[in-house]
Amino acid sequence: MSTTTHPARTTGTAPASALNVSRTAATAARVLRQLRHDPRTIALMILIPCLMLILLRYVFDASPRTFDSIGASLLGAFPLITMFLVTSIATLRERTSGTLERLLSMPLGKADLIAGYALAFGAIAVVQSALATGLAVWLLGLDVTGSPWLLLLVALLDALLGTALGLFVSAFAASEFQAVQFMPAVIFPQLLLCGLFTPRSDMHPVLEAVSDALPMSYAVDGMNEVLHHTDMTATFVRDVLIVAGCALLVLGLGAATLRRRTE
Amino acid sequence: MMNYVSEPSRPPAPDAVHAENVTVARGPRTVLHHLGFTVPRGQITGLLGPSGCGKSTLMRSIVGTQAKVTGTLEVLGRPAGHPTLRSRIGYVTQAPSVYDDLTVRQNLDYFAAILDPGRATAERRQDVERALTDVDLTSRADALAGNLSGGQRSRVSLAVALLGTPELLVLDEPTVGLDPVLRRDLWNLFHDLAATRGATLLVSSHVMDEAERCHRLLLMRDGRILADGTPKALRTRTGTDTVEAAFLRLVDEATAEDRTKETTR
Repeated sequence: MSTTTHPARTTGTAPASALNVSRTAATAARVLRQLRHDPRTIALMILIPCLMLILLRYVFDASPRTFDSIGASLLGAFPLITMFLVTSIATLRERTSGTLERLLSMPLGKADLIAGYALAFGAIAVVQSALATGLAVWLLGLDVTGSPWLLLLVALLDALLGTALGLFVSAFAASEFQAVQFMPAVIFPQLLLCGLFTPRSDMHPVLEAVSDALPMSYAVDGMNEVLHHTDMTATFVRDVLIVAGCALLVLGLGAATLRRRTE
Repeated sequence: MMNYVSEPSRPPAPDAVHAENVTVARGPRTVLHHLGFTVPRGQITGLLGPSGCGKSTLMRSIVGTQAKVTGTLEVLGRPAGHPTLRSRIGYVTQAPSVYDDLTVRQNLDYFAAILDPGRATAERRQDVERALTDVDLTSRADALAGNLSGGQRSRVSLAVALLGTPELLVLDEPTVGLDPVLRRDLWNLFHDLAATRGATLLVSSHVMDEAERCHRLLLMRDGRILADGTPKALRTRTGTDTVEAAFLRLVDEATAEDRTKETTR
């Protein structure tokens, strides 16, 4: 049977490629407005990293060196974990509530939607990281050789990476239960292998090789560079570029999971 | 059984929707079989049939969100799913698709901004106010959508579709779960949209008394179009008093036909 078919427009690549600033800004504002109606979530996102750092500071009461290294690493890990969870649930909600289908049947580019989310959660990540970094450096005595601004930069990139990963995995979760389970599946291995618990060079060679391929390793590495060096080292620049590159790559993959036409 | 209608150089279809041989597969199942029909502009066309007959799939195909559509499906003179159609069609899904954690007005503001970000704020505000008035939710504009009743939430969803004065409104069961007064009001609104704003409406329903209020009807069963015409024509053709009776007559005939086909096979 032959049928004259219109080119199956499975994606809508043409308008999706160009970013529309006002649609992106409107989306970011909408995501933040949704959060504002949920003050408890905001409080949890902002306060928990601070509380964990305080906890950690007194867990390592006798060895401030250990607090320095683990504390700095955690400053990178928190935004990644929080944004991963928030984004995966938020996008899953968009998918299940039908609002995503509605948006994609309207003149909204996929890049607008993704950039809107990244912008909104990025803004929250800035607040979260600024508070946590400020608390750690000025009140808890975290000893940083380099500039705290660089810590903040890495934290922001980590948040972006978390947003990207969350967006991506939400496509594979059919329910909130599944989405939450992706957290241990995607984040825990990275947390174990990123050098937080033991230097990566001390791991089994196979695991060390695996950790070389995981983005969180570079996030933690970047934090440690700032910790020990006054200037921006070449390693730091490499780490930052790798984390940013991974975030963009995964955001791209996330965009590919948003389909205008579904079955 | 493909009947090729001899096609002289057809002038650009004046119809809002023009379908020829439209087939949709979902997984291994074919849910729509070689549909051919038209939806005239400026009228209310009712899409009726038992649940599961493919109404929603057909609507999704027209809106351009359904995958694996083959055949010719033209909407407002463009192939269905064309990017330029996205601002010209208003679509309401069966389940209200709005953000529960935003107020009614915030929902509308956001979707209005997505629809046409270039418009002046004042103009957009006016559009939002009009949509609120259309669905009679002005008094609830500052309530969270999640705190509204089911009927109110589906009216918010409808209001979103009314933004920007779309030429074609595709409404999937817009009156489900509404009380008789609201249903009457909505049907009055639909007629008003067609008459004064020149909109074309494609409204699905499985409530047959609503069918009487449509200009034209498409009766569906099992992924096929059973009948296509005005309510009056359908009643006359089947010799019945109501569209409901006409529909049942047609279904029975089709079922009987299926059976004879099976036994002769």
